[in-house]
Amino acid sequence: MNENQSNNGALVRVENVEKIFHRGSEDIHVLADLHLQVPAGEFLALMGPSGSGKSTLLNLIGGLDRPTRGLVTVAGERLDQLSDHRLAAWRARHVGFVFQLYNLMPVLTAERNVELPLLLTHLSKAERMKHVDAALAVVGLSHRAKHYPRTLSGGEQQRVGIARGIVTDPTLLLCDEPTGDLDRKAGNEILDLLQALNREHGKTIIMVTHDPHASARATRTVYLDKGQLSNEPVK
Amino acid sequence: MAGPINWFSQIVSITKFGLLSIPQRRGAVVATVIGIAGVVTVLVGVLSIAAGFRQAMTVSGSPDGAIVLRSGADSEMVSGFGRDETRVIADAPGVARTAQGPLASAELFVIINLPKRSTGTDANVPLRGVEPAALLVRDNLKIIQGRMFDWGKDEVIVGRGAAREFAGLEVGSKIKVGRYEWPVAGIFSAGGGVAESEIWTDAKVLQDAYNRGDSFQSVSVRLNSPGAFQQFKDSLTSNPQLNVKVVRQSEYYIEQSETITRLITTLGFLIAFLMAIGAVFGALNTMYSAVAARTREIATLRALGFGSSAVVVSLMLESLLLALVGGVIGGGQAYFAFNNFHTSTMNWQSFSQIAFAFKVTPELLVRGIVWSALIGLIGGLFPAIRAARLPIAAALREL
Repeated sequence: MNENQSNNGALVRVENVEKIFHRGSEDIHVLADLHLQVPAGEFLALMGPSGSGKSTLLNLIGGLDRPTRGLVTVAGERLDQLSDHRLAAWRARHVGFVFQLYNLMPVLTAERNVELPLLLTHLSKAERMKHVDAALAVVGLSHRAKHYPRTLSGGEQQRVGIARGIVTDPTLLLCDEPTGDLDRKAGNEILDLLQALNREHGKTIIMVTHDPHASARATRTVYLDKGQLSNEPVK
Repeated sequence: MAGPINWFSQIVSITKFGLLSIPQRRGAVVATVIGIAGVVTVLVGVLSIAAGFRQAMTVSGSPDGAIVLRSGADSEMVSGFGRDETRVIADAPGVARTAQGPLASAELFVIINLPKRSTGTDANVPLRGVEPAALLVRDNLKIIQGRMFDWGKDEVIVGRGAAREFAGLEVGSKIKVGRYEWPVAGIFSAGGGVAESEIWTDAKVLQDAYNRGDSFQSVSVRLNSPGAFQQFKDSLTSNPQLNVKVVRQSEYYIEQSETITRLITTLGFLIAFLMAIGAVFGALNTMYSAVAARTREIATLRALGFGSSAVVVSLMLESLLLALVGGVIGGGQAYFAFNNFHTSTMNWQSFSQIAFAFKVTPELLVRGIVWSALIGLIGGLFPAIRAARLPIAAALREL
């Protein structure tokens, strides 16, 4: 919790957040009184053992879940004050997601998958395709635009996933174990890409990982254990 | 950002993904479509019996035709008049006339047994004794084979429905009437109406054969115009010599068809309703499995910002579309299998067989489609709500 960034400069502010899951009569405390600030332009790695609450924290920041207590503020917007409907619209505008299992639509080509978040905007078809082409070029997959996910390698699928994540030029890119399902070589390519997005395009990225190779690419790493954050790995 | 146009495009997109993924779950989809098609086929098929029966009865009545029965009689079977009464009726104001006299036919109605072609078992067939005006009193009466019977001779003509349904009614063959055997002189059509189920002969000949003296059971008349009915009715009901019931032909036949129409309709709805319950479960199963198979996909779309209401509407739309395909197939099956299928059934009011054809009317097809749509919507609702309520965070990781 040794946050160095001032509250005012942080893009993401997580304050006093507690998250309790209920399983039958049992309460599972996943996050307890957690604080985190992420300044704009940071590439933050979130590490910790399985079940430590990494993905839960990422979901709270991405507006996919709500904290039991505490506040999550992103770019000045308090997520707890948004209805489910407005939260969905907020996600569409501000957050790009990259998933461990890519989560591509199998019935759509690469470019149609990338186009998906743009269907929620008022862009014309031509404008959408311009954005799609640009995003596919950034991830180096322009030549595979018409391919279906099943004909792409894991690394290529993840690149399509990243292109989908950045196509709306979101405020924040949230990656949940983006290399977790890839071999070392493909994983490195993805990490190169994320690093380039952060360095060259100024994207703020929060990446959940349990892989030290991956976290080494981030500008900062925080560790989560038993619902608490620290700047040092848990022994 | 999320205006109505945007919401609509979300629905179109999600529905499209669902439809594109149908080949991956075609077994369940085909079973559902067949199930719904079955419901619609049965519903439309059974109701087409009632529609056909009703149509046969209603085309029988012309707007300027009226029938007179004894007061309190529901049908000709329980009615009766003497010769004098029938004359008073024929001469009443409002009855159309020709050079030969009033267009009124005093008639006699008896039932004879004939074997059905389909089963070989005996069934009640109406034998009507008519007067010469009978041919003019009814619409569309035509001899289509052979000739008219000769008045005063032991001969009959046979309605084409009766000729089709019962054995031994070909031109030239003989039918047994009481102790006599009467030859069939011709076959007639009556625009598909109830007369086509009957056998006709000269009323006087029939009176003699059945020892009815000079009595009749009903008088059918043609009026000057449909508007002359009230005048005709009033003059008869206010006449102290008579004790009669006067109804328009059209109303009489609708009344005659009511019992059987109601029976078939109720039965049809009952069978279709029970089948529909089964089909709803089929649709539920298909859509639940669709949601289960697409849990991660739906969660991903929602993570990207697609709204939960768009998910609900899309899944219901998908279910509706599948159901409508079933409905159209079912309607088509019913049409090709049942439309104009000829049969006969007992008319409980006259205790005699009525030959008629099933009628798959546009209205029935629409009704079948509406049923299929309802099955689809009910079958899609709960799975759609489940999909919308999926916790996104957990569902994103489903395999």
